[in-house]
Amino acid sequence: MSIFDMTIHELHAALQGKQISSLEATSAMLERIEAVEPHIGSFITVTAEQALATAKTADQLIASGECDLLTGIPLAIKDIFLTEGVRTTCGSRILHNFIPPYSATSWEKLRDQGAVLLGKLNQDEFAMGSSNESSAYGITRNPWDRTCIPGGSSGGSAAAVAAREAVATLGTDTGGSIRQPASHCGCVGLKPTYGRVSRYGVIAYASSLDQVGPLTRDVADCAAMLRALAGHDPKDSTSVDTPVPDYSASLSQGVKGLRIGLPKEYFIDGLDPDVQKAMDDAIDTYRRLGAEFVDISLPHTDYAVATYYLIATAEASSNLARYDGVRFGHRAEADGLLEMYTKSRSEGFGSEVKRRIMLGTYALSSGYYDAYYVKAQKVRTLIMNDFISAFANVDVMLTPVAPTPAFKIGEKIDDPLQMYLSDIFTIPVNLAGTCAMSIPAGFSVAGLPIGLQLIGKPFDEETILRAGFAFEQATEWHTRKATI
Amino acid sequence: MRMTVTEVEYVARLARLELTPAEKELFAGQMGAILGYVEKLKGLDTEGITPTSHAVPMENSFREDVAFSSISLENALANAPDRAGSFFAVPKVIE
Repeated sequence: MSIFDMTIHELHAALQGKQISSLEATSAMLERIEAVEPHIGSFITVTAEQALATAKTADQLIASGECDLLTGIPLAIKDIFLTEGVRTTCGSRILHNFIPPYSATSWEKLRDQGAVLLGKLNQDEFAMGSSNESSAYGITRNPWDRTCIPGGSSGGSAAAVAAREAVATLGTDTGGSIRQPASHCGCVGLKPTYGRVSRYGVIAYASSLDQVGPLTRDVADCAAMLRALAGHDPKDSTSVDTPVPDYSASLSQGVKGLRIGLPKEYFIDGLDPDVQKAMDDAIDTYRRLGAEFVDISLPHTDYAVATYYLIATAEASSNLARYDGVRFGHRAEADGLLEMYTKSRSEGFGSEVKRRIMLGTYALSSGYYDAYYVKAQKVRTLIMNDFISAFANVDVMLTPVAPTPAFKIGEKIDDPLQMYLSDIFTIPVNLAGTCAMSIPAGFSVAGLPIGLQLIGKPFDEETILRAGFAFEQATEWHTRKATI
Repeated sequence: MRMTVTEVEYVARLARLELTPAEKELFAGQMGAILGYVEKLKGLDTEGITPTSHAVPMENSFREDVAFSSISLENALANAPDRAGSFFAVPKVIE
């Protein structure tokens, strides 16, 4: 097996057993990145020198017997996470020169275990997009078919795992931005419950929806990464102070007697036949493993996309007001202050970001606030209540992640509404604030990966990880590798 | 549904954005289509429903009133496009 094909667990065992050093593993990953990047475009910044230095330190730690699970493991993170001293762009021209003075808590937690940072990953600008086509630093291609999008907005995070340019990565998920690219690239991607992982130092898009999560090769790695990331952070008052379970310990408990809900609104007529087949096969697999299926309903599903594009854009218009050219980022030449704000923003932001700021500004503007923003917040309550009612009868839900496999580059770029509708099955989870995971569940006839979504109760990541692990043990989809 | 260019210009001004004539045309059509789509919410009865601003119910989150160090002045100003001593400098506000 090549070094770059290893999981966190395999590489950790090899590091501990001294079969390989972190320096060797890191060098191998950097060579892989150099070979693959011209075809894929997962990275905005590669931090080679720093990675090699961290790897050497990790090797000393390992030699002295102080080895955590992530010590010496080469990882990469979305360019939305602040990294002290390393340029952080969030995929935007407006931050082309921004060197953060501090780091995101989530990255610090991995770094403190001795994880090696390979670099910062490409993404849709300010995490706004479903295709990675809105990055100011070029598009990312799907490693399974380079004419297709990798999904977004954590497209670089998913493509890097699929192209074996990093052992695991970090992404963020506001409306599906971890799960949809994980599904399209054939890796595991988890959006934890809102409040499970600190958002401190994560560039804000829609603060009531944003959440940090891992993208990995398998469910065991995903459980290990969540264990490292989760927990209360005094620097994020919305992070919740509840105990963090040992997610790895309960993985192999199986699904016998597990009650899995099938929300009828997610199995619509327009579903791609390959996706439908993957779901049918997955249901058969779970039946064989002893799970029980229950038909359920989430009646307000059809309103979720509309609700999301009012709430998320309203929050974005407020969050992105800070980019005014005063304290950091791009500043345009201007004679007066107002002109400086306007020019800096107009030169710095791309089309999709401008469109969402405009929509949000409109939804919050005088005369429209109640009709759009407050109305959407009320519908959000109805959508949350759907989940509470349905979870009274089931332990988890099983749904597709996306209505189709990855679409072609350029296919939806001129039709934002069609692009938004591709997130129809992932958005409700963010509005409800609960947790969900995408795991590989098959391939289309054309050879593109198809993901299956397991939705859990709030703060019950343990059950979806256990259910995902059981599926993975019974199938081989996650072991297939893209040829580049 | 379509937004007028005048409406687009009004919202752009609120958002501190300056759009090209081509962008105004494009956004008028695209934002109109999106606003047309979200109209579907109006058909839903939400009488008496409490709005949700946050998925996790949470009261004020307080910490102990203890002093701690923050990033230094130099670090805080390191990304400043322009500075004057220990301040961020901006173009003249008042002539």
